[in-house]
Amino acid sequence: MAAPDAKAKTEAPAFRDFPTVPTILAGATENVRSYVANEKIQEAIGFPGKLADNWQETHDKAIGRFGELLEKYRSLKVYMDACVHCGSCTDKCHYFIGTNDPKNMPVARQELMRSVYRRYFTPAGKMFPSLVGARDLTKEVLDEWFTYYWQCSECRRCSVFCPYGIDTAEITMAGREILDYVGYGQKYSNEIIGKVHKIGNNLGLPGPALEDTLNGLEEDVKDDTGVDVRYPLDVQGAEVLLVTPSADFFAEPHIESLIGYGKVFHAAGISWTLSSKASEAGNFGMFIGNYDQLRKIAMRVREAALELGVKRIVVGECGHAWRVAYAFWNTLTGIGAGANDPFAVELQKQLDPNYKQPSHICEVTWDLIQQGRLKFDKSANDSRIITFHDSCNVARASRMGDYPGGQFDIPRNIIKAVANNYFEMAVDTTREKTFCCGGGGGLLTDELIDIRVKGALPRMEALKHVVDDHGVNFMATICAICKAQFTKVLPYYGFNMRLVGGVHQLVSTAIKLGNEQ
Amino acid sequence: MTTFFAILFYVAAAVFVLGLAFKILDFARTPAPLSIPTTPAPTTRSGVAFRMFREVVFFESLFKGNLWIWIFAAAFHFGLALVVVRHLRYFIEPVWFWVAFAQPFGMYAGFAMVAGLGGLWARRFLVERIRYISTPSDHLMLALLLLIGLTGLGMKFLMHTDIVAVKAFFLGLLRFDIQPLPEHPGLYVHLLLVAALMIIFPFSKLLHAPGIFFSPSRNQADNPRETRHLASWAAKLEKN
Repeated sequence: MAAPDAKAKTEAPAFRDFPTVPTILAGATENVRSYVANEKIQEAIGFPGKLADNWQETHDKAIGRFGELLEKYRSLKVYMDACVHCGSCTDKCHYFIGTNDPKNMPVARQELMRSVYRRYFTPAGKMFPSLVGARDLTKEVLDEWFTYYWQCSECRRCSVFCPYGIDTAEITMAGREILDYVGYGQKYSNEIIGKVHKIGNNLGLPGPALEDTLNGLEEDVKDDTGVDVRYPLDVQGAEVLLVTPSADFFAEPHIESLIGYGKVFHAAGISWTLSSKASEAGNFGMFIGNYDQLRKIAMRVREAALELGVKRIVVGECGHAWRVAYAFWNTLTGIGAGANDPFAVELQKQLDPNYKQPSHICEVTWDLIQQGRLKFDKSANDSRIITFHDSCNVARASRMGDYPGGQFDIPRNIIKAVANNYFEMAVDTTREKTFCCGGGGGLLTDELIDIRVKGALPRMEALKHVVDDHGVNFMATICAICKAQFTKVLPYYGFNMRLVGGVHQLVSTAIKLGNEQ
Repeated sequence: MTTFFAILFYVAAAVFVLGLAFKILDFARTPAPLSIPTTPAPTTRSGVAFRMFREVVFFESLFKGNLWIWIFAAAFHFGLALVVVRHLRYFIEPVWFWVAFAQPFGMYAGFAMVAGLGGLWARRFLVERIRYISTPSDHLMLALLLLIGLTGLGMKFLMHTDIVAVKAFFLGLLRFDIQPLPEHPGLYVHLLLVAALMIIFPFSKLLHAPGIFFSPSRNQADNPRETRHLASWAAKLEKN
């Protein structure tokens, strides 16, 4: 199987007159493959460097690991058994819609593993493999797993429409875990995990560089506003520890939101700090479905919080990081309630009893707005006509505020509090039915640009409608991956790459810092 | 034939009950180490019970997903439920009032069930995406259910069998006192297929029935801020 030719020209698919039923084009993306991690990358994070020379050994290891995962994860076990092939999910995946490759239909993606599950773990598959669609695990099957489990962004859209709630993300994670376990990792994600351990963040930005960047930022904001807004690093005894995706430190438009967080804390008079140890909110351990990595990466945040003595932990604009923080941190590290290991107990004592759990930066900002502690000049955003893209991990895997669905309302409330022109995209493409940007779940890498562009199709179609109907020129979002992905793919669809930005970028533009008049 | 069917139904009932019990215990004892409800999700257990109720009774997610499948699936499942209720009269004496009340509805439900199955099967041929994901066992399962429904309707409307004797046979089975089963080819086929369905159930995709109750994305409350979800195997990691 040849690697995709990096020079081959990727083109955006045509906008559809919807609703159209996607047709099938077998094998359409079978050659769009992630780069395989080399030995150095694999071994740095405790995985075998490469596949065993002897296939039988790899085969046995993979099946063994599959069996272990079936014992460890009820999700995997139930999802392997419960699917009836009803077809409800078949037209819900953005990668299928954009590529027409039938193996990108959620049920077909699951079937890549389910067929092997049946063969090795069910009586029917052991006795009548062809009748029930069971097959042996071969090198070709493993290659297919690698290809198609790295064409899933773990966005969970399919799980919304499944009558049994089968979440392909859980199966993709298990597939990737087995691949890593036999020495068949993805370069992009595993390299990043190595960097987060070695340097502290996904982008490999060392402490001193981070400090320079933040100092530069303070100067820029001073020039721009005349106010000394601070962007502090490793400040002992600060009230808030902000953990944010490292892209916020230098990538456009991410940095505009980081500027916004600082202005919010400044205007509200809250002391805060970033941490060089936990200078990354992202947790690619989730993408590869590896519990140990997920936990180790999350543990850095607990350590940083303990060292800095902060009272509250706040997470910046990052989709999967918010899922990990909201839904997993308590389980993984005891940031929250109920853990009883000494460090977790100490942290719980240290944290403000009102904020034992991590908060999203949008929750912080919205609370402050409701308390009347922030003032805005909404007209400063008048040149913008805004829409909001719900990021999948925020929308379908976490929450904000104290009621289900708060994750949809709070960012929109903030936008409406800081700007005058706001329009929704089509309802079947927002909130819990939102479409992935096309680059999530560990796919934000150049060699996958073909499916990244094609997978963005449904979102681009919905965007096109509000651009045409309302003149929308700003799509706000609260995810670093969404921002990076859209910046890259918007031009393929004829949009300006600057059309995407953060919610706190809008906050930053409109917020009054107390020096007005 | 009476002896054959008596043994068959004892075996089928044993496989069905034990097989299902094994799978349910297996689902129940497998830990769910992380909080993964598909959000927005209810924050309380009673909210989850209500979500599950809507899912099991109204197929809420399927309704959001695909209206055609929902219509056929609802016709089949509601039809089947009423037909099963109608068949309870073969196993109880005296017949409960609500089972007696449901008799006429159960009759029409048989048609709804068959129509629903026909629709679901047609999709497996007509819709390209569904054709792609269908396995031979998917077709056989539909054929099995459809034949059960058709033979049942056949005995009701075309060639009657002695249902008093059928009832005596099943009541006898329950008391371990075997009574003669009427000689009727339609009945033989009907009962043979029902027994086959019972035997296949714990080994097939029919496990979606118990499975939904154990699906973490649906049965978990969205409460990670209040509750720590910790699997026993994950708790061991905290020791080091």
